[in-house]
Amino acid sequence: MTILACISYVPDTAAKIGVTADGSGLELGGAKYILNPYDEFAIEEALLQRERHGGRVVALTVGSDAAKEILRTALAMGADSAVIIPATGLDSFGVAANIAAYAKAIDASLVLLGRQSIDHDSFQMASTVGALLGVPSISVVSKLEIESDRVRAERDIEGGKEVLEATLPLVVSVQKGINNPRYPKLPEIMKAKSKPIESVEPVAVSPRAAMVRYQVPQLKRANKILGDSDADIAEFVRLLHEEAKVI
Amino acid sequence: MYEVVSHGVSFAFSQEQEQIRQLAREFAEAEIRPHVAYYDETQEFPHEIFRKLGELGFLGILIPPDCGGAGLGAIECAIIVEEIARICPAVALGVAAHNGLCTYHIYRYGSQALRERYVRPLAQGETLGAWGLTEPGSGSDAGAMQTIAIRDGDHYILRGSKNFITHGNVGSIAVIMAKTDPAKGKRGISAFVVDKSMPGFYASKKENKVGMRCSDTASLVLDDVRVPATNLLGQEGEGFQQALAILDGGRVTIAALSVGLAQGAFEAAMKYAQERIQFGKPLIEHQAVAMKLARMNMEIEAARLLTYRAAWLRDRGEPFRQEASQAKLFASEIAVRTAEDAIQIHGGYGYIKEFPVEKYWRDSKLLTIGEGTSEIQRIVIARSLLEQYRSK
Ligand SMILES: Cc1cc2nc3c(=O)[nH]c(=O)nc-3n(C[C@H](O)[C@H](O)[C@H](O)COP(=O)(O)OP(=O)(O)OC[C@H]3O[C@@H](n4cnc5c(N)ncnc54)[C@H](O)[C@@H]3O)c2cc1C
Repeated sequence: MTILACISYVPDTAAKIGVTADGSGLELGGAKYILNPYDEFAIEEALLQRERHGGRVVALTVGSDAAKEILRTALAMGADSAVIIPATGLDSFGVAANIAAYAKAIDASLVLLGRQSIDHDSFQMASTVGALLGVPSISVVSKLEIESDRVRAERDIEGGKEVLEATLPLVVSVQKGINNPRYPKLPEIMKAKSKPIESVEPVAVSPRAAMVRYQVPQLKRANKILGDSDADIAEFVRLLHEEAKVI
Repeated sequence: MYEVVSHGVSFAFSQEQEQIRQLAREFAEAEIRPHVAYYDETQEFPHEIFRKLGELGFLGILIPPDCGGAGLGAIECAIIVEEIARICPAVALGVAAHNGLCTYHIYRYGSQALRERYVRPLAQGETLGAWGLTEPGSGSDAGAMQTIAIRDGDHYILRGSKNFITHGNVGSIAVIMAKTDPAKGKRGISAFVVDKSMPGFYASKKENKVGMRCSDTASLVLDDVRVPATNLLGQEGEGFQQALAILDGGRVTIAALSVGLAQGAFEAAMKYAQERIQFGKPLIEHQAVAMKLARMNMEIEAARLLTYRAAWLRDRGEPFRQEASQAKLFASEIAVRTAEDAIQIHGGYGYIKEFPVEKYWRDSKLLTIGEGTSEIQRIVIARSLLEQYRSK
């Protein structure tokens, strides 16, 4: 079974990100970039499924040259090979089209992704890749079982679980909690250093969406601080009823 | 990112070194931080943490892959120890002693057979190692040790005791310095690999310490232990020189531990200084506090540079004794000062266990004592300066 683990290179969650004065772009300053946290679960799931069912794991990123760093992490964790499609500035559809084209080229049976990239949070990747490949896709999966080509996936829903069945080939995006990503070991980090990273030509796709403007949310700090007199408590109850409308 | 060739400094870490720092940091945050207070309180040895450290390769940092290690150098060792010390200096002390003292000593001076038999399991974290130089009657003056090794056919009989030994209790393998020829003084000292399966070799008193509490410190008894002559490291009479060379490397690691400890204490102080309001504004807006923090950070950066420079020299195979002592002396002293200032910034809250800084403070004091006290570092530095600047 060939498993494709798709990973992305995103600004650290602690990074302070601003918007340029004209709203046309982002100011990342010296933000540190990291492996998208949800994608760690995708790599781990790919490795676990390979351990259970054999096959190979290919880690893929569509992005800038600097993103090779996270491919090295994937290799150190145990991926068999790593591929970069050097393309930047794509919309979600463009990224999905590139992933789908590569998945097709290597005849992947299972494409795994994180539930979302924490940069643009578009949540489109799993379903778009599935649609482009003409195979089913299941999003935000918290448990994945495969038996020959039958797949059983669990999703967490409000107050319970949803169980879905599908067949391979399949696209799955995974949720935190599906597994416990392993740490890369020191000797593997050193070995990954000398493994090749294959570069694959991007496919040309015309964008489906254009970024019009970035805007910083207006912070509403309408906090009110009341005292503890009877009048304050009465006012507090009134505010809960009438302003916050929570009771 | 430039190189000052004449003084030997390169400020750039490689991508792998950054990756190793990130791994050590994530591991320390996720697997050590939640348990720090528990182990400090109970003084229990954190076996589970060491098992995980072993799996990651953190217990065989300096040992080449063909002997079961990660094949890395002093810089990577410093990175790992710094990051662990930022969260728990006591765990970092164990990592430092196991890697830099015991395991590396056997690797560097041991025969191929000793490497196979002892270094491999140590490097893979299957066993923990100890290193015994200090005795009840000899610390700084290590050459005055009383432990003796008497040749008896193809064995040596070791008799004496060692004091304050890290992993004395939990370690099953130890490097022991003993006098094979007491008449020759320091030149009569030899180093042996001794293991707990040898009758007469056991730990006695486990120390109850003010800091570094989950680090296992115990005395070791050598009650006529029969050690095969093949367990001699290098030649007879080389033990003292070997120990000094091992301590040079160890001091760089203790410097890294000090930097990590100071960094942890500083971060706690930075956080608290922004949260605590007195006289209507956060502490950090009181200039006396802000200036203290500025100095703390500057001293940490200076200590870090001294530390990584010494590590870098060692990795290049250049002499680094003076630089190692300078790094260890400066870093350990600023660690104590930084931890103390971090408590001062926390006021009364710094003195109680709900906040992390009192532990950094307790842990920090060992650093100006172990692997050569501050006074001994000054002696080493001064001696080396005299060599360098001797007038005819
Ligand atoms: C937690 C812990 C872990 C340790 N782990 C190990 C270990 O794994 N292996 C090991 O072998 N040892 C270990 N030690 C021992 C440690 O290395 C010694 O404690 C240290 O070298 C100092 O020796 P001492 O305690 O005998 O002090 P002393 O040598 O008695 O020194 C007392 C004081 O006198 C000063 N002094 C001594 N001589 C001079 C001089 N010539 N000039 C000026 N001042 C001087 C010292 O600097 C110090 O301030 C450990 C100690 C501790 C506390």
